[in-house]
Amino acid sequence: MTTLSDPPQESFRLSQLIYDTRYRSMTIQIIALIGFLLLLGWLFGNTAQNLADLGKEPSFRFLSEPAGYDINQRLLEYNSQDTHLRAAFVGLLNTLVVAVLGCITATILGVTIGVLRLSSNWVVSKLMMIYVETFRNVPVLLWIVFVMAIMIETMPAPRAFKGENPASSMMLNDSVAVTNRGVYIPEPLFTNTLGDVHLFGAASMRFDVSLDLLALMLVLGASLWGASWFRKRADKIQEVTGDRPKTWHVRLGLIVIPTAVLLYVLGFHLGYPELKGFNFKGGTHFRNSLIALWLALSLYTAAFIAEIVRAGIMAIDHGQSEAAAALGLRPNRTMKLVILPQALRVIVPPMISNYLNLTKNSSLAIAVGYMDLTGTLMGITLNQTGRELETVLLTMLIYLAISLSISAVMNMYNNRVKMVER
Amino acid sequence: MKKTVLLGALTVAGLAAGAAAAGTLDDVKARGTLNCGVTTGLVGFAAPDANGEWAGFDVSICRAVAAAVLGDSKAVEFVPTTGKTRFTALASGEIDMLARNTTWTFSRDVDLKFEFTGVNYYDGQGFMVPKELGVSSAKELDGATVCIQTGTTTELNLADFFRANNISYEPVPIETNAEAQQQYLAGACDVYTTDASGLAATRATFDDPAGHVLLPEIISKEPLGPLVRHGDHEWGDVVRWTLNALVSAEELGVTSANIAEMSAGSNNPEINRLLGSEGTLGEMMGLDADWAKSAVMAGGNYGEIFAKNIGEETPVGLARGLNAQWTNGGLLYSPPFR
Repeated sequence: MTTLSDPPQESFRLSQLIYDTRYRSMTIQIIALIGFLLLLGWLFGNTAQNLADLGKEPSFRFLSEPAGYDINQRLLEYNSQDTHLRAAFVGLLNTLVVAVLGCITATILGVTIGVLRLSSNWVVSKLMMIYVETFRNVPVLLWIVFVMAIMIETMPAPRAFKGENPASSMMLNDSVAVTNRGVYIPEPLFTNTLGDVHLFGAASMRFDVSLDLLALMLVLGASLWGASWFRKRADKIQEVTGDRPKTWHVRLGLIVIPTAVLLYVLGFHLGYPELKGFNFKGGTHFRNSLIALWLALSLYTAAFIAEIVRAGIMAIDHGQSEAAAALGLRPNRTMKLVILPQALRVIVPPMISNYLNLTKNSSLAIAVGYMDLTGTLMGITLNQTGRELETVLLTMLIYLAISLSISAVMNMYNNRVKMVER
Repeated sequence: MKKTVLLGALTVAGLAAGAAAAGTLDDVKARGTLNCGVTTGLVGFAAPDANGEWAGFDVSICRAVAAAVLGDSKAVEFVPTTGKTRFTALASGEIDMLARNTTWTFSRDVDLKFEFTGVNYYDGQGFMVPKELGVSSAKELDGATVCIQTGTTTELNLADFFRANNISYEPVPIETNAEAQQQYLAGACDVYTTDASGLAATRATFDDPAGHVLLPEIISKEPLGPLVRHGDHEWGDVVRWTLNALVSAEELGVTSANIAEMSAGSNNPEINRLLGSEGTLGEMMGLDADWAKSAVMAGGNYGEIFAKNIGEETPVGLARGLNAQWTNGGLLYSPPFR
């Protein structure tokens, strides 16, 4: 009888790290990681050493010094005596404004064009194809400069509005002025204003929130909620009785009347732009730098979004629409109830990267003199203080934060619309 | 994946490593060309001519330095820089010197760690407006839209001027002189502000120069001069004394026409020391004995350079004014060559 002894215990030898396939990949990864960390360390060390040799130790103290320069488009109260940090904050808001406006416009345009490109009308679909190909294949910087150049060269200067027989006149009953410095539209004003709330005291991040706007948004929100509750009630009644009560007049009233009453109480009126001295005064001024950037970014990104939307719709099997038609759904109901909910699952993830692209492309603003974050913090502040490393790092960090926030929000939305697998 | 990270890291390393190289003079000699930062184009000061050759007042300084160091005024690589990129270009070592109507200020000298090697043009910030606006003083500019080159001292002066006079304005920041010109001519801004010399140079290129006026207010002191990196004093000396040689040459009556006979030896010892027939000034700096002669021969003395590029005979049409020799009531005053 033979006794089976345990298999010989394999002792670990160092050479196994290279020759044993169980360990080899781990060895390589660890060596690569160490090499990478060493490189990183050398990089930081080298930069710090070079800066020290130049006598420029990294410091962020410049942020609290007065900026000394003016910014034309400011959503917050700011003057040249405020700090560099405040100037950067004003620039950041300008970046966000153009990014938000751009994303909204690009989405609306892109979805429309994407759907139209699938149109059975030959002329419409070819026109949309031409649009997509021209905008997608020319660098966005050129579009920005192009739009700006057109606005500067073709629109009248404010002085053309002057005199007895002006060469140009205002539009829409003297309420809108289109000039080569931008577009002036009437602004909402309140006689019985509720005033502003000042947040953050005297800090660089301080800003005022208009109570009028807040009240309006509250009332409008409550009205919308009421209207949607009313609609749901109608749905329930329809489910039980099969008859749908007429609700549109009540819902319209619910939305319009409280807002109108509030506007009346606040003394809402419009402030019209008026030519005074060199420029139009009053009204809201959309500078042509904002318009050029907004328009060019939207048109450019819309071309990409159109392709995504087209791809998303085409990804839905044709049998789906045939089945919907067989059930008697009209084409627009088919699109709304059958195709789009499924297409969104394909559309939303690539949309995120397009929103990110648009936001990052907005840093081309300086080409038309739009004072965004790149123009203030990484432009004038960098130049006046000479703190290249600090300003560039800070700017990168802020863009990173913006991009990650957009991703997070869009991912939340994506989770809501994505296919629920059972 | 790992590879891309590594490559990315290497690129950044390359960017960071550029700074801090000692011995610019040796570098320039070894390279055989001088890398000189200039504007992206300002007629009279630095602009390529019809043949693509750079010419102008600032360009002549670069050429004089190249002639002094390398004996060849053509051995210059011109690097166009904007108001925003110029300091980074100099600090990173991309250029050896910057001759780009740059104002000598305390913070640039001390905080940005540059060394201004002198003043080649005493300037001040002015305003240009179309004549038809009927403006005669900058104080009447309340509410005006002002085109301004971004990243310059003019930006800060402008903010100070309007704040001090308690009037409002709308700044339109612009990257280059050419874009500013386009916006100004189209009427997208009422006023264009920059150094008065730059305004005159810009106006010279207009179809209708007479239709535009420079307002009388000069709101700042703008001593413009060439600059180098802090810390390399040998190189700083070369640029400083080349500029001084041009100024001294004018004061001493040395011109590109008579320099050949002057350099053979004259009865004025200062001329002899300057042109290298006496003493060892060139050797002390690590240059040839005839460095100053080469520098003056490159484009003439200071007065000749001024007259040829921006003087009253040229379209730019600037008077010498503050930039006359001290003997003529100006501010040009070179330390002695001794």
